[in-house]
Amino acid sequence: MDRLRRVVVTGLGVVAPNARNCEEFVQSLRTMQSGLRFIDKLKELGFACQVGGIPPGMKEVAERLFSEDLRFAMNEYTSYAAIAALEAFADAGLKPVPADAERAMEDTGAIIGTGIGGLDTFSEKVFPNVAAHKIKRLGSTVVEQIMASGASARVGGLLGLGGEVTSNSSACNTGTEAIVLGTRSIQWGLSDRMVVGGAEGSDPHIWSGFDSMRVLNRAHNHDPEGASRPLSASAGGFIPGSGAGILILEELETALKRGVRIYAEIIGTAANSGGMRSGGSMTAPSPRGVQACIRNALMQAEISPDSIHYINGHLTATMADPMEIHNWSEALELGPDRFPLINSTKSMIGHALGAAGAIESVATLLQMTYGFVHGSRNCEDFHPEIKKFENCVPKQSSDTPISIAAKASFGFGDVNSCIIFRKWSQ
Amino acid sequence: MEQAEIYTNVVRIISKHAKNEEALKTLSTDTHIINDLQVNSARLVDIVLDFEDTFDLEISDDDADKINTIGDAVKLVKDLLH
Repeated sequence: MDRLRRVVVTGLGVVAPNARNCEEFVQSLRTMQSGLRFIDKLKELGFACQVGGIPPGMKEVAERLFSEDLRFAMNEYTSYAAIAALEAFADAGLKPVPADAERAMEDTGAIIGTGIGGLDTFSEKVFPNVAAHKIKRLGSTVVEQIMASGASARVGGLLGLGGEVTSNSSACNTGTEAIVLGTRSIQWGLSDRMVVGGAEGSDPHIWSGFDSMRVLNRAHNHDPEGASRPLSASAGGFIPGSGAGILILEELETALKRGVRIYAEIIGTAANSGGMRSGGSMTAPSPRGVQACIRNALMQAEISPDSIHYINGHLTATMADPMEIHNWSEALELGPDRFPLINSTKSMIGHALGAAGAIESVATLLQMTYGFVHGSRNCEDFHPEIKKFENCVPKQSSDTPISIAAKASFGFGDVNSCIIFRKWSQ
Repeated sequence: MEQAEIYTNVVRIISKHAKNEEALKTLSTDTHIINDLQVNSARLVDIVLDFEDTFDLEISDDDADKINTIGDAVKLVKDLLH
């Protein structure tokens, strides 16, 4: 094969702290609605940060979509993945293979990852029963909920997928990396269609380690909607979030033959690691690694940096935000005067860890599709180190056409990924 | 506990996991849990745990292995309760 096959996005699904589906997500992004709330349970447990992002009303959604037997076998994050996947599949004009069918959908696979996974199942079922020597009490559904591939396995079975079905994990990079990996599967001709994304639950056990690291913001428990403050001088750590983002990726000719709506073409992808060298560590990204990742995606896209209209940043509200802006600026070779618009979806939904990159990619594609850039909340007191870039960060949402957008995520382990989306036009 | 109450609870617990909804409409003591109701065989473990919680009793693995029909379950629970 001389050239890589072309890959487009034909379906989107989302579960986020401020939206149960894409329709609600568009509205929430446009109106900058925060999904962050004070969480009584975090206070009760003695967390320093007592604010979090939990998708509301998902129990009712799950009851509408899934049988009691199915709900019995799903924990929070696998349920979010399943709900978002069903939405994305339907959005792409596809129907799950009937349960009694002889064959699965052999041209379609899934890569759906998680950063941490089913700690709710572990803390509620595995640990207490094993500690009490009551192994039998674990029942039959523990393994499918705590296995690292729980989300992709659940979705693969629900939809009837017959291609490669697996899960990736690269901490807060997971969701974006899943899209990169799925793109390659189609580019290389290994599949015609991939269901990709990430999911994360909201169990306090997932969030506890971050609280003990003091990387969660503990100064805004009185003001939950003001607690996630990316790019601000008063950013004091991220706010944990949860949810799922799912994209349906499809080989271009296959999508055109089906006559389905195409959101965007994925024209560049890259994933790498800084190797914990040159300023990188387990918990901090190496600038060299981040910049190389962005450059690699750009090179594959064969575009000039100034054709990027919009960046959906990783921007978590830690001390890494200014460094991220500098990294983008260096990699794109664009100073403040020519730098594209950039915002942080996390300012509204917090940091959904392994789901973040996928949810934010959905946010990127929805802004591109509906022609707006959402405002970045809580950065009125802009960080002085990057003051020159302040004009590139919209504080209010505005109607803005986006032809080319970049999304990047970075994760513990000094791992990075970057995607360049180009709005589809015939 | 009366047999009718045991039967009602056994049916409620098993029905949660039934994939064949048609078969739920014509239940009897002869209804086979796996063959007729198409309950995933792995779920028998969870059904037995649910019996233990609901009826406040312990069911041995040997006894659990003998449950095939709704009638088997009702009889086992009744025997263990009395």
